[in-house]
Amino acid sequence: MIEPCTLTAHELMRRLINKELSFAELLTSLKNRIRLFDNKINAYVRKNDVCSAASAAEISPSGLSIPVSLKDNICTKGNNTECCSKILAGFKPPYDATVVAKLKAHGLPIFEYKLNMDEFAFGSSTENSCFGPTRNPWDLERVAGGSSGGAAAAVASGEAIWALGSDTGGSIRQPASFCGVVGLKPTYGRVSRYGLIAFASSLDQIGPITKDVRDCAFLLKLISGYDPLDSTTKDIPVPDYTQSLDPWVKDIKIGIPKEYFVKGLDPEVKDIVEEAIEFLKKLGAKVKEVSLPHTEYAVAVYYIIATAEASSNLARFDGVQYGLRSLPKEGHSHEPRTVAMYKKTRGDGFGEEAKRRILLGTFALSHGYYDAYYLRALKVRTLIKKDFDRVFEEFDCIVTPTSPTVAFYIGERAQDPLSMYLSDVYTISANLAGIPAISLPCGFTKKGLPVGLQIISRPFNEELLLRVAFSYEDNTPWHTMQPYLKPPQEDFLGELRG
Amino acid sequence: MDYEIVIGLEVHIQLSTRTKVFCGCSTDFGKEPNTQVCPVCLGLPGVLPVLNQTALDYSIIVGLALNCTISEFSRFDRKHYYYPDLPKNYQISQYEYPLCQNGFLDININDQPKRIRIRRVHLEEDAGKLLHQESISLIDYNRTGMPLLEIVTEPDISSPDEAYEYLLLLKSIIKYLGVSDCDMEKGSLRCDANISVRRFGEKELGTKTELKNMNSFKAVKDALSYEANRQIDLLRQGLSVVQETRLWNPEQEITVAMRSKEEAKDYRYFPEPDLPPLYFKQEYIQKLKNRIPELPDKKYRRFLTEYNLRPMDAQVLVAERDDAEYAEQCLQRFKGKDRRIVINWLIGPLSSEANERKLRICQLNVSVEGFLNLLELIEQGRLSQLAAKQVLKEMINTGKGAQEIIKSRDLEQISDTTYLESVVAEVVASNPKTCQDYQQGKENALMFLVGQVMKKTKGKANPQLVQELLRNKLTN
Repeated sequence: MIEPCTLTAHELMRRLINKELSFAELLTSLKNRIRLFDNKINAYVRKNDVCSAASAAEISPSGLSIPVSLKDNICTKGNNTECCSKILAGFKPPYDATVVAKLKAHGLPIFEYKLNMDEFAFGSSTENSCFGPTRNPWDLERVAGGSSGGAAAAVASGEAIWALGSDTGGSIRQPASFCGVVGLKPTYGRVSRYGLIAFASSLDQIGPITKDVRDCAFLLKLISGYDPLDSTTKDIPVPDYTQSLDPWVKDIKIGIPKEYFVKGLDPEVKDIVEEAIEFLKKLGAKVKEVSLPHTEYAVAVYYIIATAEASSNLARFDGVQYGLRSLPKEGHSHEPRTVAMYKKTRGDGFGEEAKRRILLGTFALSHGYYDAYYLRALKVRTLIKKDFDRVFEEFDCIVTPTSPTVAFYIGERAQDPLSMYLSDVYTISANLAGIPAISLPCGFTKKGLPVGLQIISRPFNEELLLRVAFSYEDNTPWHTMQPYLKPPQEDFLGELRG
Repeated sequence: MDYEIVIGLEVHIQLSTRTKVFCGCSTDFGKEPNTQVCPVCLGLPGVLPVLNQTALDYSIIVGLALNCTISEFSRFDRKHYYYPDLPKNYQISQYEYPLCQNGFLDININDQPKRIRIRRVHLEEDAGKLLHQESISLIDYNRTGMPLLEIVTEPDISSPDEAYEYLLLLKSIIKYLGVSDCDMEKGSLRCDANISVRRFGEKELGTKTELKNMNSFKAVKDALSYEANRQIDLLRQGLSVVQETRLWNPEQEITVAMRSKEEAKDYRYFPEPDLPPLYFKQEYIQKLKNRIPELPDKKYRRFLTEYNLRPMDAQVLVAERDDAEYAEQCLQRFKGKDRRIVINWLIGPLSSEANERKLRICQLNVSVEGFLNLLELIEQGRLSQLAAKQVLKEMINTGKGAQEIIKSRDLEQISDTTYLESVVAEVVASNPKTCQDYQQGKENALMFLVGQVMKKTKGKANPQLVQELLRNKLTN
């Protein structure tokens, strides 16, 4: 029997409306799945925390009642939202993020557990979570990607119907690629950031992680739009993205950036992505090689801008108002008690990667270094943006691999920050340019690991992204593949006895 | 004195918008601690600032009134420092691109105009307040996020008196604009000063100190005087001034070192990514320009020529905008013979009544008509100056009109010649000796006789008329 929780949201909506399935059955299926498998996968955090209120129970079920799971950096009123960081332990926001308010207004329940992530979204593997790494459902020895690794793993394993993640440099697309699901980073300003605990304010966007492109279009429609609480959102009408799900790419002009198919790209991933491009050609798309000459600077520029903004955004975690407060023992310090409290709280509360990024960012903004680092990075960011503008004068979209590799082993890159940073090399530019990009599954390696295809388009042209993605998906089987998960023996017996 | 003083002032003004600068919280003063707060001004994780348009309008109006250039492009920056009253541990402020730059104010020093250049005017958010108790400190975030306008001069001020005059004029202008109450006691106007001294003729500026904790304009003047003397003394002794921040101690009337600039912080300014940059169109600036009322210096000059006022009187009358408007209405609508009575009564009795009540004259609830009516009664000789002051007091206390009060209290001045002649006759008859004295040239004797008439009429006789009648009677 197919578990309801492994189905797409649009299929579940159909069943709910036709009364083939009840909301209670759906919720039970989801919770059983989590009980069976999440001890291994670790997609959700604080599962035993009775404090996180079951908001799913509060709603009156309707055809739209498909629970949405949220990354641990999206605020929900009264529910713990901790960014998987010790420093935010116990933080219950007194308000809902705008995306949450929008979902609730449409009658969608918010799932009670939050999804695992790299601490403050700092990472590409979800290994930097204070709750331990999320495992990839396709191979439990491998990472789920990151930072929205919990979201991608949960959707891939049927532990979530769909989810919202956040993407600062690839944090939605790369884990979606590693876990064989669909992930979309909207145009900067398309979705409100109000209530998203900020990593890098000029790069962050909330976006959907779903089982297929149709679900992605549906969820994007619900969360998009101008928000008076976020001055960086744009007052541009939100189209009905589900209307763009037309499998028609004839004469769509696709650019393939040559700078993305170079050393560092796994040959197997390269072959699979090139095959996907060939397939798009067969569907009628016009494909041509293009150049994004400043691509090689993207990682450097990103890590200056993102860490600079992060160092500022994270300054507020000081033990004064909320979260962790560590007080040093009295007596042996010459400095004021508050300063000692800041140091101890931040020292105890932040993980290694958070500390590294705060230091990097603080340095980049320091007097005497600002011009050489931050200001120069801003200038190169403009050049990167212009690269895209130029290509989009002629082309409708750009197609690339989402990540240079498939999911790597847990621990493999943990000691080498640079190699970890390079796993974002194909996703970072879309954030720097503020443009939309989607990742969708386009095949599997010999070892059975999913590969993601990335499509990038011009600002506020999510419709085209979804159309090209849907055309591909509609003619390929990849999105229907689901990982086989062996139920743990003990739990299984426990189930029988219970 | 062989030393010259160089002063620059940094004034912070809390704008009187209804809500805070980046959120919808109320700006009411004096509420219970932490009752005017929300996730945004508390800087909770995930929140974003949204700029208050009124605060922006007010800031630009001030810039225009201070003759500044309004930047076509402006933006906000984050200024980082750790302090418990600053919830985000950065302040949203402006660094490279302030809203307004390169303005000036002309102050009057010994009847000579002196130009003080304004370097910049920028908008930022205020911090909270720390309340220190024995072993703990408490934080009140009500003030956090109040809109604060920083106005910085060039080092053009050459004496504590000039600093004082600048502050008076600045405050008067801001109050005219109606964008702040400029109440130093409530902290809605704060002033810090930079001061250095150098030998006359020297080109290089001396080492400066920064003065803080001055809670009145007088304190600014006193602190600057003290500090100038302290620095000059040091230099005379061959010692040097240390660059540092010093606090004014109003009890001991000295400045005390707080922290030296060697420990100066690196604020790590960078553009606030949560607020889009600002671009101003000419139409917008023009619209704000049209909202600027006639400012005190212009009004002062106009009052001098239009109403023939003495400089002293004009200065007093223009100090507060609504008082000046009240005064002007009185002057314009007065139908009597001599305007001087209006000016004298505005500056005299009406102002003293206001001062007594710690109010301004326009707050006394005396309508322009009512006030002019009173003055006309005086001019017509129906009310003595003394009685009029009594009537005015009662008008303020009861809100009644002058006529009504006069009637009910029987205060009307007696100018009935026939009746007064009879009283004069009585007085002359019963004081032959004094009358003789007067007739022999003792002018003062007449005053005694006037007093006698006043006594007999219970103070209600028109004294001018009585004098005239007495004179006529005694000389004929």
